[in-house]
Amino acid sequence: MAVKSNLTNMVLVLGVTCLVCSALLGGAYALTKDPIDKAAAAKTEKAIAQVLPHFTEVQYNQEGRYYTATDGDAVVGYAIESSTVGFGGTLTLMVGVTPDGVVYNTSVLSQSETPGLGAKCNTDVKFMDQWRGFDPSVKVLSVKKDGGDVDAITASTITSRAYTLAVANALDTFNAISHE
Amino acid sequence: MSKFKLITDGLVKNNPTFVLLLGMCPTLATTTSAINGMSMGLATLFVLVLSNMAISAIAPVVPDKVHIPVYIVVIATFVTLLQLLMQAYTPAMYETLGLFIPLIVVNCIVLGRAEAFANKHSVLESACDGLGVGVGFTCSLTVLGLVREILGSGSAFGYNFIGGHDGMLAFVMAPGAFLCLGYLMVLFNKFLKKS
Repeated sequence: MAVKSNLTNMVLVLGVTCLVCSALLGGAYALTKDPIDKAAAAKTEKAIAQVLPHFTEVQYNQEGRYYTATDGDAVVGYAIESSTVGFGGTLTLMVGVTPDGVVYNTSVLSQSETPGLGAKCNTDVKFMDQWRGFDPSVKVLSVKKDGGDVDAITASTITSRAYTLAVANALDTFNAISHE
Repeated sequence: MSKFKLITDGLVKNNPTFVLLLGMCPTLATTTSAINGMSMGLATLFVLVLSNMAISAIAPVVPDKVHIPVYIVVIATFVTLLQLLMQAYTPAMYETLGLFIPLIVVNCIVLGRAEAFANKHSVLESACDGLGVGVGFTCSLTVLGLVREILGSGSAFGYNFIGGHDGMLAFVMAPGAFLCLGYLMVLFNKFLKKS
């Protein structure tokens, strides 16, 4: 504690500290920007590949938050981002829908559900597999407790409902796209 | 004081979780599994060592009246640095820890060590102290996470040994965190007293 606490010293030290720190962070931000963008892009790409059959090209529609996947000229399907409120916060899914209106597969983009309970929507094979080939024209899109055909995760009805609602919203988006 | 003693002190006698009871918020929140606890511990360790070193280096030129703001700026810089690096190179880990990474700034262990130790000691001694306390924190969090994971999910370090069944879910949630922490604290202090 060698330096006296007068105004000049305090302003100088605090100012210089902030300047050095912000310069450091600016540099770090510039250096990590590319890897961060790449990681985010890789994650989205992986999610699209997971929820749709084989495709060669994707095109993003900013307004509707969906990706159109094509193989040559034919549309293979749509990967639709869909968010709802779960038990612990926003639940964001990527829902793949083939042109005939059937869900191909779903994947969780982000969730903040209870670990060991709702967070299983990302790991529970039984819950996740029921979305493969889910045909909304044959099955009712709501959890069994509400009279539908979706098997909820044990002790996580709220998360399961949110997941179901997110899929339903994605299908609404799909209907809007296909009626264009 | 020897450098080695500084490190072991942080591990046992000044163990941040079981003896000093500092940084309880991340301790209770992130120890849902052994891996999560360990990641949080390592993230704090990184910030602790660097901020201890930086603060002990600048302490002689910092006027008394603004020392807290200056320390907080330094600590926040390292935390943001860590956040950017994790986001870029370990996105999966960044997602699990999420909110608790920026919260390292207000973790009382970090500011506590800066106030109680780093501003009165040399850079090297402060680095040792940061290392000791950080490793102590990491070990405690890993042990707590491991106990909760075994009881709550029936797995250890992600390896499930009860064949996909549910564990005692209470231990994954907040009440179990308090219970486990309490019992571990009792055990730790019992053995500490004996030796």
